[in-house]
Amino acid sequence: MTKQSIQTIKMGLMAFSLFALVACSSSGDTDESGAMGSEGSSSSSSSGSTARTNPGSTSGQLSQQEIRAQNALRQTVFYFDFDIAEFKASDRETLSYHARDLAANSSKRIRLEGHADERGTREYNLALGERRANSVLNYLIVNGASRSQIEVVSYGEERPAQQGQSENAYGRNRRVEVVAR
Amino acid sequence: MNLSKALHSFLAGTLCLWSIAANAELSIQITQGVDNPIPIAVVPFSWQGTGVLSEDVSQIVMNDLEQVGEFLALSRSNMLSLPSDESQVYYRDWRILAQDYLLVGKIDRTPGSQLVQVQYEFFDINREMKLAGEVLTGSVTQLRDIAHEISNVVFEQVTGTRGAFTTEIMYVVAEYVNPELTYFRLEKSDYDGQRAQVLLESVEPIMSPSWSPTGRDVAYVSFETDLPRIYIQNIATGDRRQITNYPNLNSSPEWSPDGTKLAMVLSKDGSPDIYVQDLTTNQLIQVTDHPLIDTEPSWTADSRSIVFMSERTGQPQIYQIELGASSFDVERLTYDCFQCLNAQFLPDGVNLVHVRRETRQDPNYQIAVLNIETLRIITLTSTSLDESPSVAPNGSMVMYGTKFNGRGVLDAVSIDGTVKFRLPSTQGDVREPAWSPFLN
Repeated sequence: MTKQSIQTIKMGLMAFSLFALVACSSSGDTDESGAMGSEGSSSSSSSGSTARTNPGSTSGQLSQQEIRAQNALRQTVFYFDFDIAEFKASDRETLSYHARDLAANSSKRIRLEGHADERGTREYNLALGERRANSVLNYLIVNGASRSQIEVVSYGEERPAQQGQSENAYGRNRRVEVVAR
Repeated sequence: MNLSKALHSFLAGTLCLWSIAANAELSIQITQGVDNPIPIAVVPFSWQGTGVLSEDVSQIVMNDLEQVGEFLALSRSNMLSLPSDESQVYYRDWRILAQDYLLVGKIDRTPGSQLVQVQYEFFDINREMKLAGEVLTGSVTQLRDIAHEISNVVFEQVTGTRGAFTTEIMYVVAEYVNPELTYFRLEKSDYDGQRAQVLLESVEPIMSPSWSPTGRDVAYVSFETDLPRIYIQNIATGDRRQITNYPNLNSSPEWSPDGTKLAMVLSKDGSPDIYVQDLTTNQLIQVTDHPLIDTEPSWTADSRSIVFMSERTGQPQIYQIELGASSFDVERLTYDCFQCLNAQFLPDGVNLVHVRRETRQDPNYQIAVLNIETLRIITLTSTSLDESPSVAPNGSMVMYGTKFNGRGVLDAVSIDGTVKFRLPSTQGDVREPAWSPFLN
């Protein structure tokens, strides 16, 4: 992908970001949004107490942009289509926030863990998991992260997120996880 | 009889790095046999000593012969006589029962020692002649080894092919406890799953066991440092060393048949390529160089070429390259499959065992054999998640990993696809079988 086309995509994504935020916070059927929900409720209760003890202050309030970034950074698992090594276009904006976060915090270190479903041979899946992690790695670097901040490892099909032979399990196992180090 | 082998096994069992009591017990189930098996009578061996022997030698021989599917053993209750040596054999008794072959034997205590001696004799009923016979000596704990030795003789006398009943297998067991905890074990057992021993246990994945051609060492991948790295371990002593620490993926160790080199996959330069490390000089040679995935190396019998899987034409296909050749000078071996993976030649150098996915629409992976001269393909299996084929050293059977009732099991199939047996595990997912070379 050329630098120019990435710029174009980024601008497009910025335009969509508000819409994406609304769509993201209203979808309640995925596990990631489930995790967001639980974290969101705990943060709203703490901001509620902040409001009581310190009324009128605006220092504790987050801008739309910051909320958007925080929500994006809470998504740490990115799912892939069968036989496909490139991350989904719908994850680009979220990954852009991860890249910006790494660029802004140069001491931050992450590990990208690539995984595959169990179909196909183990060695091929090990290589495929690495390619998936690399597709995320390359995007993060192009968008400002430093290579030295990121370690990549593939577990292939050795660490499934969900046991079983269902399409649902396979879909949850084809993933890249962003793990803080 | 190689008496040191049992000692090796004993040491391997006691000196494993993390000793644990429980390991997966495998026991054979025959799932498919040939249409016209060879009838053979294996008479219970007489025991002249006192007490009860821990192993039933003739029963082990019967199991061996039936497990490979080509034989049908006569039920003991149908036998008209129970001879234990040649002087008691009446061919007519066995011809009436339509038996082609007869095995008899007796076990004695060796005078003045703790050893036992097993005398066996093997007869061709139709030709009324003795084909083989000898006396094997060992300790009581080696009776199972002695029984497998006898099975080897019987198998070779009848089929003309060297028996593989004294060989062993290595495999990986994954025992899932919860989403945060899975125990991975590298285990070794007899070819039939008996006498399993743990060689290594870890909470991080273990992959890709590969026997050295002497049968003394194993190379494998362990994630114990949080990254996949290649290790070599002495099977008898448990001594081990990490032999790679390159950036990114280090995987797929495969010992060359001459024992001097280890093929492997490294992605230190960005994408997985095939490398060969000289085990004496530690010199690393890059064999393939392609931006798409190259992996799953195996050796040709002369240790001069490597067969591997590459995505260079878009989907996994099998290629061959000679060591020292330009990385572009590869020969493509497979064409008419959507994906062909994980290939190795049979000892004949002509038939290529591999994992095969026929079409994009049908994501089933099965074990197949391609004759690279006639281009004939035989698909050996009919399940959908078959992988990691490993060939018995006599080329007669292929063991592979598959799923049965949602669990990882090891299956074996004869090279013509007619005979199948399964080694189910009582514990955990069993996978990645590696059949040993001949060990004696």
